[in-house]
Amino acid sequence: MTAVLEASGLGKRYGHKWALSECTLVIPAGKVVGLVGPNGAGKTTLLELSVGLLRPDAGSIAVLGGQPGTSPSQLARVGFVAQETPTYAGMSTRDRLWLGARMNPSWDEALAEARIEQLGLDSRQKAGKLSGGQRAQLALTLAVAKRPELLLLDEPVARLDPLARREFLQGLMEVVAEHGASVILSSHLVADLERVCDYLVVLVDSRVRLAGDIDELLASHHLLTGPRHDRDALPHDQQVISESHTDKQSSLVVRADDPILDPSWSVEQLDLEDLVLAYMSHEVEADRRPKLEVRS
Amino acid sequence: MIRVALRQFRTEGVIGLGLLVVFAIVLAITGPHLAHVYDAFESSCRAARDCATAPNPVLNLDKPLQGALPFVVAIAPALVGLFFGASLIARELETGTFRLAWTQSVTRRRWLAVKLGLVGVASMAIGGLLTWMADWWASPLDAVNQNRFGVANFSFHGVAPIGYAAFAFALGAAAGVLLRRTVAAMAVTGAGFVAARLAVTYWVRPHLASPVHEFLPLATASGPGFVFGEAQGTMYLNAYTQNGFHTPAIGQVALTAPLVKVPNGWVYSTTALDKAGHAPTSHYLFQTCPVIKQLSNQLAASAPNTPGAKPDAINACITKLASTIHTIVSYQPASRFWPFQWAEMGIFLAAALALCGLTYWWLRRLYA
Repeated sequence: MTAVLEASGLGKRYGHKWALSECTLVIPAGKVVGLVGPNGAGKTTLLELSVGLLRPDAGSIAVLGGQPGTSPSQLARVGFVAQETPTYAGMSTRDRLWLGARMNPSWDEALAEARIEQLGLDSRQKAGKLSGGQRAQLALTLAVAKRPELLLLDEPVARLDPLARREFLQGLMEVVAEHGASVILSSHLVADLERVCDYLVVLVDSRVRLAGDIDELLASHHLLTGPRHDRDALPHDQQVISESHTDKQSSLVVRADDPILDPSWSVEQLDLEDLVLAYMSHEVEADRRPKLEVRS
Repeated sequence: MIRVALRQFRTEGVIGLGLLVVFAIVLAITGPHLAHVYDAFESSCRAARDCATAPNPVLNLDKPLQGALPFVVAIAPALVGLFFGASLIARELETGTFRLAWTQSVTRRRWLAVKLGLVGVASMAIGGLLTWMADWWASPLDAVNQNRFGVANFSFHGVAPIGYAAFAFALGAAAGVLLRRTVAAMAVTGAGFVAARLAVTYWVRPHLASPVHEFLPLATASGPGFVFGEAQGTMYLNAYTQNGFHTPAIGQVALTAPLVKVPNGWVYSTTALDKAGHAPTSHYLFQTCPVIKQLSNQLAASAPNTPGAKPDAINACITKLASTIHTIVSYQPASRFWPFQWAEMGIFLAAALALCGLTYWWLRRLYA
């Protein structure tokens, strides 16, 4: 399987501030990838670089083996649902479908019609009058009906209520199951991704902090609690991701491929949310970077 | 993509076309009557042999429309710039829909080229059609006024307004990309268009070709006259034009040239000069015609400051001056009307193309 996305030293700068830096990432095909990180971590930048809305200031990116956004055929292979799902407010659903059909040679009219019907959307209704959930569903329909090999969704559920969120993600899973596109989906909430994703990329402060298969990540990370330990006492193949200590007790999140053998620890599995939170904490930062660096 | 661009331009396009149709109807209703009155008068005055002196009644018809026409034709390109140009891309950037438009299977270059091409051509069509209609409607007036080259008339005749419309549109599009705000882009487009039109009209157009200079005898039917500098201001005697003169100082006098009309031409200046190209000095005038010194004093009391009956002494004086002084007219002849029109259209079209290039370059720079 080839990679759907291959980035090497990728960076994007706005003025003096790097929105994304030193991003090296290989995402295999056929995955539903969750791209998580706090607001402003660079998720949107990475997605817009992938679809060709932005051009890198450093490094390179290849999507489905091609340079993003450079040719009609490359554009046709990538579907994109932008943040806050912008719409032409004066256009009806039918007009929007017509627009999609005119602008995409690979347009699948039957798929679009079927989904509109399934969603119960009135095809004469203006986009400006749709609810948030309907707008998101329509945007997904338009992105899917061009039959992309890779579907990128930028915070598609961030503004939806829990029910609409659930329905949207369900819709997404149905489409993926039926038409088999790879998906990269960003969110600042892990809970959104947990149910649908099988691959995870964590972005913090414009850098990729973690990337991998969710099952493998969960298997190789452990929460250790026990009497107070010094982190240096751990074996070398156990990387401390985050730690917290009280006078008597230590609790560590460690990454280790081998089982934890020290009997003084009580070892627990992490759930995805705890895992992501551990990587978002500043401990890892301190671990990887020189102490002298001043952080804003 | 062309049909998509047409669809997205539908509202603006229909409104533009609607206004054009309303304008056409108004002109179509009033125009034939105007032409009829003109023809009727022409045949009657030809019979009476007084065409040169009798005022043509056509000038008094549809006065409000006569006044509004140049204004409408002048303002139309600005509106095109505001509503076709400034909102074209700015609105997409403002509402975020560019993320939608540029991620379909159409490259950004093609998207922009089709949009600029299509709406640009529509803008030019509006400018052209409007001018063509106004040109047709005003043709009896033009036949009477013989002033197509005049500053106000020039810009609502011929082909230059096509260039104005293209320029205003491209300026709007460029401002929209640069500012990314529709309203701000509209303001800049309006101001920029007016500034460009004024600059070209007053700074560029007069220099497109050097004017023709023609020597005429000093004494003609209308003028010349004298200007006297007085304590209370300036006194005129038979002065039709002050072109080329500074207001004389107190106790001084200047000779004004007669008013010269060039049918459908553009007169830059009319001056009274000697063979060496100098304006006659006060000293020379007083010396040649001692009578004007006396007149100067009389005038201060009676103040006949508009053209009127010329005292015989003045006529004799002018005849005397005519042996050394000539009237020199600088003007663009009527035959240059079309070269000037094409040149001005060319200037604005070139600027429009440059602005389209800037729009593309800036769009790539911003979002790439």
